[in-house]
Amino acid sequence: MYGFLIGVGVLLLLSIIWMVYRIQTLVSVVKGSDKKIASGSNKVNAILFVLFLVGTTILMFWYSIKEFKNYQLPVASEHGVVTDQLFWITMAVTGIVFLITHVLLFVFPYKYQYKEDRKATFYPDNNKLEIIWTIVPGVVLAGLVISGWMAWSDITAPAPEKAHVVEIMGYQFAWEIRYPGQDNVLGDYDYRLITASNSHGVDFTDKNSIDDFPSSKVVIPKGEPVLFKIRARDVLHSVFAPHMRLKMDAVPGMPTRFWFVPTKTTEEMRAELNDPEFEYEIACTEVCGRGHFSMRKVIEVVEPEAYQKWLVEQKTFIQQNPALAENLNAETKELAEIQISKSKK
Amino acid sequence: MATATVAHHDEAAHEHHEHHDNFITKYIFTQDHKMIGKQFLITGMFWAIIGGFLSILFRLQLGFPEMSMEFLRPLLGGWIDESGALDPNFYLALVTMHGTIMVFFVLTAGLSGTFSNYLIPLQIGARDMASGFMNMLSYWFFFLSGVIMFISLFIKTGPAGGGWVVYPPLSALEQAIPGSGLGMTLWLIAMTFFIASSLLGGINYITTVINLRTKGMSFSRLPLTIWAFFLTAVIGLLSFPVLFAAALLLVFDRSFGTSFYLSDIYIGGEALPNTGGSPVLYQHLFWFLGHPEVYIVLLPALGITSEVIATNSRKPIFGYKAMIISMLGITILSFIVWAHHMFVSGMNPFLGSIFMFLTLIIAVPSAVKVFNYLTTLWRGNLIFTPAMLFSIGLVSFFISGGLTGIFLGNSAIDIQLHDTYFVVAHFHLVMGSASFFGLMAGVYHWFPKMFGRMMDAKLGYIHFWLTFTGVYLVFFPMHYIGIAGFPRRYYSWTNFNFADMYTDLNMFVSVAAIITFAAQFIFIFNFFYSMYRGRKATLNPWRSNTLEWTTPLYPGHGNWPGEIPTVYRWPYDYSKPGAAEDFIPQTVPLSATPESNLPHEQELVALEMEIMKDESEVLVANESKH
Repeated sequence: MYGFLIGVGVLLLLSIIWMVYRIQTLVSVVKGSDKKIASGSNKVNAILFVLFLVGTTILMFWYSIKEFKNYQLPVASEHGVVTDQLFWITMAVTGIVFLITHVLLFVFPYKYQYKEDRKATFYPDNNKLEIIWTIVPGVVLAGLVISGWMAWSDITAPAPEKAHVVEIMGYQFAWEIRYPGQDNVLGDYDYRLITASNSHGVDFTDKNSIDDFPSSKVVIPKGEPVLFKIRARDVLHSVFAPHMRLKMDAVPGMPTRFWFVPTKTTEEMRAELNDPEFEYEIACTEVCGRGHFSMRKVIEVVEPEAYQKWLVEQKTFIQQNPALAENLNAETKELAEIQISKSKK
Repeated sequence: MATATVAHHDEAAHEHHEHHDNFITKYIFTQDHKMIGKQFLITGMFWAIIGGFLSILFRLQLGFPEMSMEFLRPLLGGWIDESGALDPNFYLALVTMHGTIMVFFVLTAGLSGTFSNYLIPLQIGARDMASGFMNMLSYWFFFLSGVIMFISLFIKTGPAGGGWVVYPPLSALEQAIPGSGLGMTLWLIAMTFFIASSLLGGINYITTVINLRTKGMSFSRLPLTIWAFFLTAVIGLLSFPVLFAAALLLVFDRSFGTSFYLSDIYIGGEALPNTGGSPVLYQHLFWFLGHPEVYIVLLPALGITSEVIATNSRKPIFGYKAMIISMLGITILSFIVWAHHMFVSGMNPFLGSIFMFLTLIIAVPSAVKVFNYLTTLWRGNLIFTPAMLFSIGLVSFFISGGLTGIFLGNSAIDIQLHDTYFVVAHFHLVMGSASFFGLMAGVYHWFPKMFGRMMDAKLGYIHFWLTFTGVYLVFFPMHYIGIAGFPRRYYSWTNFNFADMYTDLNMFVSVAAIITFAAQFIFIFNFFYSMYRGRKATLNPWRSNTLEWTTPLYPGHGNWPGEIPTVYRWPYDYSKPGAAEDFIPQTVPLSATPESNLPHEQELVALEMEIMKDESEVLVANESKH
């Protein structure tokens, strides 16, 4: 019944629009305004441009200021402060250009709308002007690029030697975390070794892998460099830690990395935002299939002391599942057994 | 030389009289560039509605995530699950098909295909394209490509779902997403035909512009539209084959067990044998087309805008030469900026530095174009035809979207913004909406030439203001969402604390999108109604200078019933001081307008008189031979 009524309503509305349209066409024919070069609508359109300019400018400033706290994510890494600063400098520069060009673009239509008694100015070129507005944007852009390039070079420079290594592996549709353990060296891996009990494909014949341990979340110390070693097991993924201003694709067959220095612990951020639930998060930003939108991992930033304490508490792969140590050669097996016995104490 | 040209024209005119078309050769397998242009236009409009409709479907999901989609079941069937929610795989397929359709079928074929075909011969003074047959093939390859893509929308496993960039391994492995099965195969076949179509068209456009210009139509007298179409065709010719290469290697990986893009993959409980491939290789190949593609889409729109703004400002386009140089600059630079799409793909960061520098250089010619448009408006005598409104709208989008490109081209800032809604906002404004507005401006402007009737201006105004406001209401809020870090291609954001907000803003965007989409039906109505019932057009309704307005109201195959007119001046002699009218068509000799000639033009008059004298002698000689 409602469907029928809506249908009738829509039909009525359409026929009214149709009538109005026909009437205005006929009126314009009678008035002869369709023969004129510029009808009365010209003025209406000219005014609408100015109204549009004023209206949208107010709306833009109002919303940008009102929502600032919402869209401006708090930053929690050293390089993030730099890139945020670059972002806002670029925003200021482009914002000015945006406003000036739009004022001109929408005021000119009003100011120079068609008048029968006026003739447009024949002004085909001016090389001086062209040169000015080639060079000025060139110089401004050069400034922006060079500051961006310096930041980029720092961010992508090799990680400091003492950086804490964390391996993040993406797969459909989650992340798995591996820590290198006491030696801070990750053991080898091979995708052909992946099994239900060895989801990382860790090669336990490599001595470095004996003390590697998994973790359900990324725990990192505040104020110390952290190196994410990133890889993928099936399709492309991308590690995105918005508060750290960190993003790097996870590529099957090609390990990638990103290092950074977190500057605020989770606790500090909770206090700052007055949000006891706050967590740093990792999301996936490279489309990877059905569960792309649900690849969440928590990062917990803690004080360095707490981090050291946490490290010691963790159980290695082999401690969690001694079966992994079977089929190893004597030397590594020995190391593995020491691990296992340690955990039993 | 002069003799040959004149004789040739004469012959063509005779041929035309004996030529009679039946329905099939006139409307279907036509070789008339004007009809082919219209075929591209109508097909493009069909695809625009489909592409727009797909975006409305996923905007419903994003704006109203809690809503039951049960009412869509008659259309989407199994893609709506028992609880009435949209299937996440199908959501990705929608996003993918929206992108593919809009970029390739609407803004490449629908825009460049329509107007390059329609305008090149008319504006350079040619009877038709260099090869009418290739032109016809170009359309029918496109049509076939469309049919295959359309079929892929309805298959059981759904169409391709790996994003319009179809990055492997996702697009290579059926285990990864169902759309990578038959849907992806059809996508690849469709794109192969599309590439063939683009190449056939492009070769034709280039050949025609170089070889078939009428007498006097030197490159420095070409309308900027033709310059734009010409350079677009050059870009397409050089970049589409690379996409074909990328697609071909993907076909090998998918079907023949090669490992160009695949390596070290464990999926569906088994380790695949492929090693040594690189997904990043695909990205390089793809974006070698993908970035120039942006300009393939944009340049024709800018060309159309140049023409429309000059005509309706009653002023010459400011900096004609600077416009050409900046377009040339964009053409060349468009090939060496592709890797700015890949700053965080894991490629060498040094490459990132290089591409950041190159990318920001391309902003300079773009800025020059904007300033030139503004100066063209300055002290003009502006007539707001719907085409003019859409052109001004285009410049606005070009500025808004172009400026955000400066953020994204900066690799340090891009780390945070890459693959967020900031990018979505950026390219929908600068390439999507700007090109779409170019398409609209072109249709409103050349409709009288295409169909001999006028479109209704008032409906055009309503269409413009609804669309212009609508586009900003859809895409401007996305900047905020993007700065807040919302990733693209997300089915929902509620899994993350940082993105579990802005439900109101997303709802707003979706409502704006639905209204904007609905407003397009005003245009569709106006278009088809005016085709049959619109006011009869006059021969030169916009009082424009270019050659197409010297043809009859309903030009036949061959365009001009008699001689092809000769061109004596550039196309932008608007409001010339001294002239009685505020426009002087290109066909008016300089010698006929001594009152308005500039000093250097006055010098050319003598030369011009000499040529005209020679020519008339040849004509007389030809007459006497018959």
